[in-house]
Amino acid sequence: MYVSADLLVNALVAGLLLGGFYAAVTVGISVSFGILDIVNIAHPAFIIIGSYIAYIVNAQLGLDPILVGVLALPAFYALGAVTYQVYYVSFEKRGQEALRGLAFFFGILFIAEVVLILVFGVDYRYVSAPYIDQSYKIGLIQLPMRMVVPCVMSLVMLAALQLFLGKTFLGRAIMAVAQDQGALRLMAADPIKIKRIAFALSIATCSLAGAFLIIIQPVEPSIGRDYIGRVFAICVLGGLGSLPGTLIGAMLLGIVESFTSTFFGPSWAPAVAFGLLLLTLAVRPAGILGR
Amino acid sequence: MRNAYFLGLSLAVAALVFFLTRTYGNDYLFFAGYTVVQFVVLATAWNILGGYCGYVNFGTAAFFALGAYTSVALYKFGHDPKLCSELWESLTGHECLVNLTTPENEKLKDFLFAWVIPQTIPALMLVAAVISGIVGFGTGYLTLRLRGAFFSIATLAMAVVLQTFVVNWNYVGGSRGAYVIRPSDIDILGLQLPYIQYLFLMMILLAAVSVAIARTIERSKLGYGFATIRDDELAAEASGVPTLKLKLVATTLSGALMGMAGAPFPYYIGYLEPASAFGLPYAVNSIAMPMIGGTTTWVGPLIGSILLGTLQQYVTVTISSAVNLLVSGVLLVAFVIIAPNGLVGLLRPFFIKIGRTWPRPSSKSKASASASAGSSPSTE
Repeated sequence: MYVSADLLVNALVAGLLLGGFYAAVTVGISVSFGILDIVNIAHPAFIIIGSYIAYIVNAQLGLDPILVGVLALPAFYALGAVTYQVYYVSFEKRGQEALRGLAFFFGILFIAEVVLILVFGVDYRYVSAPYIDQSYKIGLIQLPMRMVVPCVMSLVMLAALQLFLGKTFLGRAIMAVAQDQGALRLMAADPIKIKRIAFALSIATCSLAGAFLIIIQPVEPSIGRDYIGRVFAICVLGGLGSLPGTLIGAMLLGIVESFTSTFFGPSWAPAVAFGLLLLTLAVRPAGILGR
Repeated sequence: MRNAYFLGLSLAVAALVFFLTRTYGNDYLFFAGYTVVQFVVLATAWNILGGYCGYVNFGTAAFFALGAYTSVALYKFGHDPKLCSELWESLTGHECLVNLTTPENEKLKDFLFAWVIPQTIPALMLVAAVISGIVGFGTGYLTLRLRGAFFSIATLAMAVVLQTFVVNWNYVGGSRGAYVIRPSDIDILGLQLPYIQYLFLMMILLAAVSVAIARTIERSKLGYGFATIRDDELAAEASGVPTLKLKLVATTLSGALMGMAGAPFPYYIGYLEPASAFGLPYAVNSIAMPMIGGTTTWVGPLIGSILLGTLQQYVTVTISSAVNLLVSGVLLVAFVIIAPNGLVGLLRPFFIKIGRTWPRPSSKSKASASASAGSSPSTE
């Protein structure tokens, strides 16, 4: 097969842009699974809910999807806080998070999907914004705005979260919860409250990630399943609980997926994440920047 | 010996149910019943790993579909016994990898179809069991050494990957799906049965066998090993329980049973396509049913699958099939929050009061281990 330079370069750029978006999708899991050790497999379901909210408001009021994502942040934060409270009271407190907690999140994932199907049907939904159809060309490189905008915004989101976790008192408390709950209690901080804040934050990212998702591609209720493998693969690949690791993992997966769909066909792309996940688990379970 | 008695008893119950269903004289009952009994197998199989060892498998659909697609592939080969692919052609220059349609291969073909390539349901089930068992073993081997969550995530992702492979595999129809035309009826032991009744009979016998397997495991050394993994894996490992080995046994067995449940499915449904074979409902139901019934005994999945399965059939007919899925999702979440030990856990105090023995939902009480526990450490 002859591979031209512009095909190669464009696959690389498309992969990087896709990776930026994947970072936004995964950052929530990095917080909940990586830092708090809560295996929230319903995360993609919250993202799809975010997409549908962006779709509804965009279709009714014509607001920009990303603006909708920002406006919906408090609602998602509250949703996350409630979800954590239920999870804590029902499972963590009883020490049953391993089996029943997982089943709980799986149930939520499934309920969200079925309810969305019942309400909206299985049609693909999309949003309209002025930049979605635009595309720029710099030399050989194609830059479709529907990829560039989510990628840039998600980098901004990631940087903000990293600053929050590293520089503020609350952020450091969240990092501390991952290391030693008992010690945190000795510092007169309530680990449950801090975990609730952190988990609520992780769900809040879904609001924006959902908006990005529906800008990049049309969305239907069951699309979230494809992202479960991806988010956990990225999270493990980058190293649990490390946001820079998440970014690197996301970029890697984006590039590998982009090359796979360019050279082998898009129908093979979903298998890439799993291959990468298994490879990481078998070779280096700690991930690239893992502790 | 008790285990053998139980197997005999459950097979007898299965046969009884079958003949009772026959007296009703409506084949729809077999269609609905098949689905319920299929979920008895899936729930029981899931529970061997999930309930006994505490490892959540989200990939029921993958194992199930693996069994189903094994049948489809063998069916295709049975009706056109040659395996050709462009890749093979371009690599070797030969036309086909296997071609049994040529006259010189006539004898080989007859031999293979008589002895090697199965076309009957029980034989298909066995082949599916082997293939799904191997896949279960492989997934387990790669991920079970790590924390439990990784295994769960890997099974979830595995479903996506297997689906991708099937979608790209033209031989079994790819994403277009595949038709399997079942014979209208079949002759077994001189009894002329409509094929759907035959499928139901096979599935209910499989259900009886898998329940018996689950019960045998529960009361064997193997089952106690599983329980130690569930309660405290570190302590178990420290006391010399070969945890990885036991977990691999559970994954392999559980995967194999799920594959067996899937093998007759193409014949039941007639048209199989990847999206339905790998559908999330299989995974949700096979988790919801043991959770509703109670995960630590063989009774739980049995009760859960019969109740939820029947309810789903009822809701599908009376309301809609989307609502039937919602029912299992909501019940799953409700039960894990409100009744962590399922119906068995809820009913237990009542049965103790009236002085009956009832399977114990807690693994901490092992005093009444049955006498046969020591003599039959494993069942496979």
